[in-house]
Amino acid sequence: MCGIAGLFDQNGEPADAGALAGMIHTLNYRGPDGHGVQTDGAAGLAHARLSIIDVAGGTQPMSDVDANLSITFNGEIFNYLELRQELILRGYRFATRSDTEVILQMYADKGVDCVRHFNGQWAFAIWDRRKRQLFLSRDRMGVRPLFYTQVNGKFLFASEVKALFNYPGVSRELDLEGLDQIFSFWVTVPPKTVFRNIYQLPPGHSMLVTQDAIRVFPHWSLEYAPADDRSDAFAERKSEELLDLLRDAVRIRLRSDVPVGAYLSGGIDSTIITSLAKQVIDDRLRTFSVSFEDAEFDESAYQRRASEFLCTDHASVHCGYDTIGDVFPDVVWHAEQPILRTAPAPLYVLSKLVRESGFKVVLTGEGADEVLGGYDIFKEAKIRRFWGVNLDSRWRPMLLRRLYPYMQNVQNQSDVYLKNFFAVSPEALGDPFFSHLPRWELTGKLKMFFSEDVKSQLKTSDVYRELRSTLPRDYGAWPSFCQAEYLEASGLLPGYILSSQGDRMAMAHSVEGRYPFLDYRVVEFGAKLPPWLKMKVLSQKHLLRRAAHGLVPQEVIARPKQPYRAPDGKSLFGGRQRDYVERLLAPERIGRDGVFDPQAVGMLVKKFRAGRAISTKDNMALVGILSTQLVLEKFLREFKPTEVCANAEKH
Amino acid sequence: MQKNIEQELHDYIVGNLLFGQGVELRVEDSFLERGIIDSAGVLELIAFIEEKYGIEVENDELVPENLDSIRNITQFLMRKSKTDAVV
Repeated sequence: MCGIAGLFDQNGEPADAGALAGMIHTLNYRGPDGHGVQTDGAAGLAHARLSIIDVAGGTQPMSDVDANLSITFNGEIFNYLELRQELILRGYRFATRSDTEVILQMYADKGVDCVRHFNGQWAFAIWDRRKRQLFLSRDRMGVRPLFYTQVNGKFLFASEVKALFNYPGVSRELDLEGLDQIFSFWVTVPPKTVFRNIYQLPPGHSMLVTQDAIRVFPHWSLEYAPADDRSDAFAERKSEELLDLLRDAVRIRLRSDVPVGAYLSGGIDSTIITSLAKQVIDDRLRTFSVSFEDAEFDESAYQRRASEFLCTDHASVHCGYDTIGDVFPDVVWHAEQPILRTAPAPLYVLSKLVRESGFKVVLTGEGADEVLGGYDIFKEAKIRRFWGVNLDSRWRPMLLRRLYPYMQNVQNQSDVYLKNFFAVSPEALGDPFFSHLPRWELTGKLKMFFSEDVKSQLKTSDVYRELRSTLPRDYGAWPSFCQAEYLEASGLLPGYILSSQGDRMAMAHSVEGRYPFLDYRVVEFGAKLPPWLKMKVLSQKHLLRRAAHGLVPQEVIARPKQPYRAPDGKSLFGGRQRDYVERLLAPERIGRDGVFDPQAVGMLVKKFRAGRAISTKDNMALVGILSTQLVLEKFLREFKPTEVCANAEKH
Repeated sequence: MQKNIEQELHDYIVGNLLFGQGVELRVEDSFLERGIIDSAGVLELIAFIEEKYGIEVENDELVPENLDSIRNITQFLMRKSKTDAVV
């Protein structure tokens, strides 16, 4: 796992090696094991390395024997050994044992279609000297990030936005439409980001940059084609297939020249992954988890049970309100976008523990909820639809109370308010975003805190129209359950789960996450499963539970779903006073920064101080406003190019 | 007394649920129809009136007829005051 950066001057001017060194220097934490910069006329590549495979030979940027192709690569191609063997049989020769060289040779052999053969998580750029073109690609699910921009005829790319900002002349402005999207969906809709003129390559896409043009195109797409079979024999067969696939997905994700550990959250997803890893690793497996001061969020009892069951060498880090409040500014610096919950913070603390324990690589259970039907929002949509068929029913809405047993607000509502909140109406049933409307509408209410100026600038913005324009052609024909899964897997997963909670929090401490559930074979398998195997009546991840017997403790299989959450307001306003909270939420500062309304924010802060702010909405508003203010401070107002860049000539 | 309660409710809603934003709030405005307060806001409002006026809102009283406007809440409180003699 690494950091990458580079440029192609479309005017033909020579690439500035010093500026490239500055860009990559900002990503030092992504790759502390070595830096490299390589220029070839108008093109330049830079790399910060975290050595994991072929520690001795995998230095980057790497070129082929004839120096016609050069690559800078962040990620892993897990099936590189098989691909390498195929290439050798066809006459290719290799100078290293690295997966990086396999990408280069695959590109030499198959051109831009090479990525269709990769099983992995990647963001890379290949400079093709003969064709004078830069080829960039990002993995199918968006595990690894890749951002780009253009300035003064130069095309620039990097693993993180801050590296782009480090290049001289790149402007740093907030993109209000991107902000509007985050305050609706929690994420921006790719290629948009929250910064103006800074774009992200969407997951499953590649791009070609030549002197005259930039072309972005898909190399993979998520398509649902659920089988229509309700037999138990079919379920049994699928259960075995799932286990076989997961076993292989874990096996190839253990390929590493450094030890691999695992996150153990106490849920079924990470436990089954750890269990399968144990079958491959001879040594006692190291596992890691986070525990919470607040019992409402703590899962340590299940973590201990899973660790005992699997005989792992387990370490846990305790996360209190103060810890979250203390690290929050660093979390936003790494997330590089406003976030609406503090949930990334404990993962930031956890990756520190992993790194301090001497580990660079961890397996996690991320992705199971999206691929195999685990989220409450799927259940919620199913019940809402069920209710929508007979809106006068007295007992159908009672099912909604079973949805969120841990949320007092939902439990205490009368039917009429539940119906209102969960947006069950004949019109809503036909909406392509039916499953997600309550969540998005609730989030959208946070925009009441925007300043009059921002509201006026966003008057014509329509976030739903933007999102609708990105939906696949066949979306309307998919079962509603699959539509909901698609919205999660293509939106929140890459834009928040894998970035703000995943790549960014792990890489902040030079740790690489690997996700067996996001092996594309598992994802495609999941997309062909009938919805009843994902959610049987209201039992989530039905097939996974079935497959997990014997591999996961029964208590973990049977436990009620507990979504991963962390305390918000209490972490920022409970306990001791924090300078940055006071500074960034002060009325004069809010007014000067201009994004939010000082009076409204003042009232919200007053409510928190009085201990009255308990709702999800208020907590999201506080975290969203504070993180936006941190983004403004760290990336716009006070961003300082690194010394390497400021003194580029010396390098 | 009715005017006082209406004013107190108005101030609480504007300060704690609307954060000084949005439409001018009239006593007869339906929270649900006008999207003024969401369901979580209604629960906060209940907590407020329970604390402020020393009453307890029963589960079967959680209906719009009692809670969907400043006027409805005020009348609900007045009715409760007759039975509970607390307001």
